[in-house]
Amino acid sequence: MWTTIVQIMPYAIVFTIPLLITALGALFSERSGIVNIGLEGLMVVGAFAGAFVIFKFQELWPHNVAALWLGLLAAMLVGVLFSLLHAFASINLSANQIISGTAINMIAGAITVFLARNMTGSGNIRITSGFSRYDVPLFSEIPIIGKLLFTGTYDTTWLILLIVAVSTIVLYKTPFGLRLRACGEHPHAAEAAGINVKKMRYMGVMISGAFAGLGGAIIIVTFAGEFTGSVSGLGFLALASLIFGQWKPLGILAATLFFGFASTVANVSQVIPSLAVFPPVILKVFPYVVTLLALIVFSKSSRAPQAAGEPFDSGKR
Amino acid sequence: MRSGVISLIAVLFGLLAGAVLMAVTGHSPITGYMYLFEGGLKSPERIGDTLATATPLIFTGLSVAFAFRTGLFNIGAAGQMLLGGFLASAVGLSLDLPKPLLLLVMIIAGFVGGALWAVVPGILKAKYNVHEVVSTIMMNWIAYWTVYYAVPAYFKGEFLETESKLLPEAATLNVPFLSEMFGGSYINLGLFLAVIAVIVFAFIINRTTLGYELKAVGLNRHSAEYAGIAVNRSIVLSMVIAGGLAGLGGVAQYAGNAANIQIGILPSQGFDGIAVALLGANTPVGVLLSALFFGLLYSGRGFMNAMTEIPPEIANSIIAIIIYFAATSILIERLVRWLIRRRSSGASARSSAERKVD
Repeated sequence: MWTTIVQIMPYAIVFTIPLLITALGALFSERSGIVNIGLEGLMVVGAFAGAFVIFKFQELWPHNVAALWLGLLAAMLVGVLFSLLHAFASINLSANQIISGTAINMIAGAITVFLARNMTGSGNIRITSGFSRYDVPLFSEIPIIGKLLFTGTYDTTWLILLIVAVSTIVLYKTPFGLRLRACGEHPHAAEAAGINVKKMRYMGVMISGAFAGLGGAIIIVTFAGEFTGSVSGLGFLALASLIFGQWKPLGILAATLFFGFASTVANVSQVIPSLAVFPPVILKVFPYVVTLLALIVFSKSSRAPQAAGEPFDSGKR
Repeated sequence: MRSGVISLIAVLFGLLAGAVLMAVTGHSPITGYMYLFEGGLKSPERIGDTLATATPLIFTGLSVAFAFRTGLFNIGAAGQMLLGGFLASAVGLSLDLPKPLLLLVMIIAGFVGGALWAVVPGILKAKYNVHEVVSTIMMNWIAYWTVYYAVPAYFKGEFLETESKLLPEAATLNVPFLSEMFGGSYINLGLFLAVIAVIVFAFIINRTTLGYELKAVGLNRHSAEYAGIAVNRSIVLSMVIAGGLAGLGGVAQYAGNAANIQIGILPSQGFDGIAVALLGANTPVGVLLSALFFGLLYSGRGFMNAMTEIPPEIANSIIAIIIYFAATSILIERLVRWLIRRRSSGASARSSAERKVD
């Protein structure tokens, strides 16, 4: 059993990271009061922009890791730009945020493949090489946790964990974080205190766009290596992690790790004898069923931001 | 009426944006649209294919619209459709009955399959106030994996691992007289089933107590409760009917347009149903018309792709952009109001000018 966990854990962490960063972005958005169901679409545009930029730069300078970082940066920028569509609709036009988010998902899925097909014919963009994995020196020698956490890691993993730590501090220890959270709980009180609610909500959605875009591109540079026009439901899984994690950074970390681990177990179960005894369908539906159960358990004590999903009307009391 | 105008303007904007997309990627929008519409309409066969493509969209559109009337957002039409189609296919492959009877049992099985998949989010919403968007998405993936393993285990196809056996002739909605009338198209009885569903939908929503209660819950849950309507029961019932409609869409897709069920894919019609319902303003006739329009885009895109270099995803892009404009309809309303004001102020300016001449 233990050897199985040690075998699986590095892969589970790799799978967790894009979920984690996307869910963390959604945390900023929902804490500011905007429900962002367009995460899936934002991840897709991030994956597309990342793959495209990396593909172009790898033609120029083969084997240069800078191309990958530029791709991640481009993915964040495009994610922000795309999230503005959602921000504009739900903040300025008071549109239904779920419908607007659904539109984002549809537009992203269609236009990226349309553009990719214009370039490659098949609609897939393959990058020549992604980040390489390495064992962290010294740390991977630590008994027990060294093998679990510090072997076969990517640079992006450490980057995202750093972002999570910084985000937690920003959200809970800075004036900006306090204002952002106020806009999601009591926007009218926030406005009375002199906070520009619309601006804060724009910030929340744009951070969400940047992080989701980054998450989509990380899929490309780590385990996928190719843009195929979808992120196979990871964006929705990130949304579920946000609720599962009860809108808190540490909760999200735990929820995404759970999803990452459960999905990896399901994916590798056929090649690991101790797992092959379970019917694969049980392992595959396990994370989704657990989410449903968790939603029931949390339903009484939900910590959802109170004003999330409601358009802000300054004149309404 | 007002929402009809908004939908038409949204369609117009969507088509314009599609033209821009084609032009930016170096194609001619005029030839593109010409081939797109020709591909959907130029022969009886193509018209039949367009109608058949629209059929599952009518069902999923009705499904989303029905839930929406009760204030529920059914994102799970894809999973409900898949499960309904799977149950119907299972019946069609297992039972040996005369065609009319078998089709009837399959249709019931399809409805039950979809309803079963929607009743879970319905109960979770009614009893535990779990948001239906998240729970229906989870149900989508559970349906995806259930079918993914059930099809190869019980109904494996003869040639491919990734699809089920072909349905026998008695178990498909295809009938010779329809395909002959439309020059060999794959149009089938599903279309008639869809039209019946549209009529039943309209009847329930507009003419029955149940429909009135469901709408009341959708408009204001609390006042409906205060008026003595069983809100929780209405929510579950609404989801059951919505899921059943999506399940029928699965029957139309997998036992009509196709003759077997494929694994490893969530039917895109489930998500397009959201678009259909939105564009159709959640009314039965609106859903019918927008499903036909989207069916036209989808069925014409193959021909367009064969005749030009434009990728077929242009159809999906146009639909997605239409939905964004439908979601931001307030923008269109402002535009219309501004145009009317300009018109009337122009007219009054003119009439006052005329008066001066007098």
